Amino acid sequence: MDFLDRFSIPPHDDPMLYASIVAIGLVSIAIVFGVTYFKKWGYLWNNWLTTVDHKRIGIMYIISALLMLFRGGADAVMMRLQTAVPDNSFLDAQHYNEVFTTHGVVMIFFMAMAFIIGMMNFVVPLQIGARDVAFPRLNALSFWLYFAGAMLFNVSFVVGGSPDAGWTNYYPLAGTEFSEHVGVNYYNWALQISGIGTLMTGINFIATIMKMRAPGMKLMKMPMFTWSALITNLIIVFAFPVLTIALLMGTLDRQFFTNFFTTGDGGMDMMWANLFWVWGHPEVYILVLPAFGIYSQIIATFSQRNLYGYKSMVASMVIISLLSFMVWVHHFFTMGQGAVANSIFSITTMAIAVPTGIKIFNWLLTMWRGKIRFTTPMMYSVAFIPLFTIGGVTGVMLAMASADYQYHNTMFLVAHFHNVIIPGVVFAMIAGLIYYWPKMFGFMLNERIGKWAFWNIVIGFCLSFFPMYITGLNGQARRMYTYSEASGFGPLSMVSFFGALLLAVGFVIIVYNVYYSFRYAPRNVGDDPWNARSLEWATHNPVPEYNFAITPNVDSEEAFWDYKKNGHDLFKGEIKDIHMPNNSGWSIILAGFFFVFGFFFVFHVWVGVIIAFLGIIGCLIYRSFEKDDGHHIHKEEIEETENKFGGAK
Amino acid sequence: MKELFPLKQVNGYIFSLLLTVVALSVYFFDMSFAMGLTILIVTAFIQAGVQLVVFMHAGESEDKGGIYLHTIYGVAVAILTILGSLLAMIWGYMI
Repeated sequence: MDFLDRFSIPPHDDPMLYASIVAIGLVSIAIVFGVTYFKKWGYLWNNWLTTVDHKRIGIMYIISALLMLFRGGADAVMMRLQTAVPDNSFLDAQHYNEVFTTHGVVMIFFMAMAFIIGMMNFVVPLQIGARDVAFPRLNALSFWLYFAGAMLFNVSFVVGGSPDAGWTNYYPLAGTEFSEHVGVNYYNWALQISGIGTLMTGINFIATIMKMRAPGMKLMKMPMFTWSALITNLIIVFAFPVLTIALLMGTLDRQFFTNFFTTGDGGMDMMWANLFWVWGHPEVYILVLPAFGIYSQIIATFSQRNLYGYKSMVASMVIISLLSFMVWVHHFFTMGQGAVANSIFSITTMAIAVPTGIKIFNWLLTMWRGKIRFTTPMMYSVAFIPLFTIGGVTGVMLAMASADYQYHNTMFLVAHFHNVIIPGVVFAMIAGLIYYWPKMFGFMLNERIGKWAFWNIVIGFCLSFFPMYITGLNGQARRMYTYSEASGFGPLSMVSFFGALLLAVGFVIIVYNVYYSFRYAPRNVGDDPWNARSLEWATHNPVPEYNFAITPNVDSEEAFWDYKKNGHDLFKGEIKDIHMPNNSGWSIILAGFFFVFGFFFVFHVWVGVIIAFLGIIGCLIYRSFEKDDGHHIHKEEIEETENKFGGAK
Repeated sequence: MKELFPLKQVNGYIFSLLLTVVALSVYFFDMSFAMGLTILIVTAFIQAGVQLVVFMHAGESEDKGGIYLHTIYGVAVAILTILGSLLAMIWGYMI
């Protein structure tokens, strides 16, 4: 029994924990039973689990991201419920620590990252007129590694206990001395595994965008989302290795008794904070740049004008990418490095507001004198501009190092970063999802229900986070599981809780909208339901496997618009056989071995680690000798598909 | 015959051997720590440049502008990260 004891959860008598164990078990059984009952295993395996199609991988990323959104969202509501009234005892301190840690990790790594990578997967090859990404098999592996990491992290909740040192996981708190149980091991391995997947995505997409653009599409003729994806992946390739190494050093510290981040024996505990933010600040821009790209597409489409200041948009993103590597110390101004260092990083931080401001003005000037259509994606984009600006302005407040001594570690900071991430990233991803929904599934989401969700989410967002600015300035510290009545934080925290509920209602309405539209929405939306401008709308809805029957010839920033209005001849040539990559179960099997490897490593079960490692090596050897020449889709087959859509494109 | 002889690569090979010898001299001659480290860092960077240009053919394709730009970007980010870390972890406490 000693062996099994290590898998138990550190004792805290919480019926909710057991309830969730039962819930996870029941849901898993229900899924397995459902798939078996409807005889869908073959379909699932052949069409989704083994796919290398960038569109399906993108959709799987987005589905996982939405699942994680609800997982992290449930954590958020629990936290707001706990702090809604003074001296609440809904969660105890330990449980609260685990909940806010999980919320942060899940939302950043497994929700936001997955959402943007899913969007890039779906949209980028279509926007550049490619058949798939440069390395389709690697792309599938990226997704499954991410998924393995996400599942490993979620297992922590019921086996062994969740990490509880915050999503920033600072040492020495995260070291073995203060965090004895396996939670932080889970953090290290889950992020390590999904981080490898992200790094592969970065390389894959740089190669795709640099090498696989349609003939005639110069770099400066790429749609803005593809530009943002290129810059984002460049940042990924430079930033993620730092996280990989920092996590490895943390693992060595915790599991092999080294002294990188310990306080004694020559260790340097603040080195973790340094390395974490060397990765962590570029990460912020990894998240927000694709969001900017999506807003650029949506705002241009629904203002019915070309994007204002294309070149300055590109230039500002390049400058942001460089500056993003020069500001990380502003996350720990109060660590004690003195006024000179703080001043330097304070100035670089404020400098980022300049290129970002350029982008804001470009969006405003795109809308200026445009014929604006207030569809749901456009409403999210319009709401984004003022809300994100408020987040940006409070960011500049926090960037002042001396003033930061007042704000740091308070709810003011929490309000600030939610204020940039929610309107910046989450709104963009929802807007993008609604915008590209017809491209993915061939029908549109209901606009009326969508607008209900929009108002719930926007009002809910304002109600939950604006009060935190006030309580934060009044001195409410973040990550405190309760507070006294005399502090006076009670009423505003209650408002915040209601805001969180409204947000939750908004997301539930989105899910209902998917269900409603799936049942009732008309399927004859045509290929261009939004009257859009860029190349991805030049193919059919939903997109056929090979994307474009004829490779497009591009000679314009807004290829599809010029094709529609100005006689730009997009599809020269004729239909030929198309070469496509084969599906393969290799990626999911390899990622499965990684999951087992990570799981056993967390618990120091070396036999399991060795077996899983041999499995990984075996998969790599198999791949080295595998012959996979792909397959051809024949001309007749393509013509048949195209005729079904009403003519070749 | 002249076109077939890889003069550039042979010269590069000799040059990189020379750089190795210079780096080795740090071990054989008695010099200050700062001096030795300076020699090592300078020769290391030149060595990396020689490898990149001569043996990895960085400047020989159409997209050489992009390749050099990305390399410079990468080196700049690496140097900024190292200098910033030193500033935050050591120098910041001294000034």
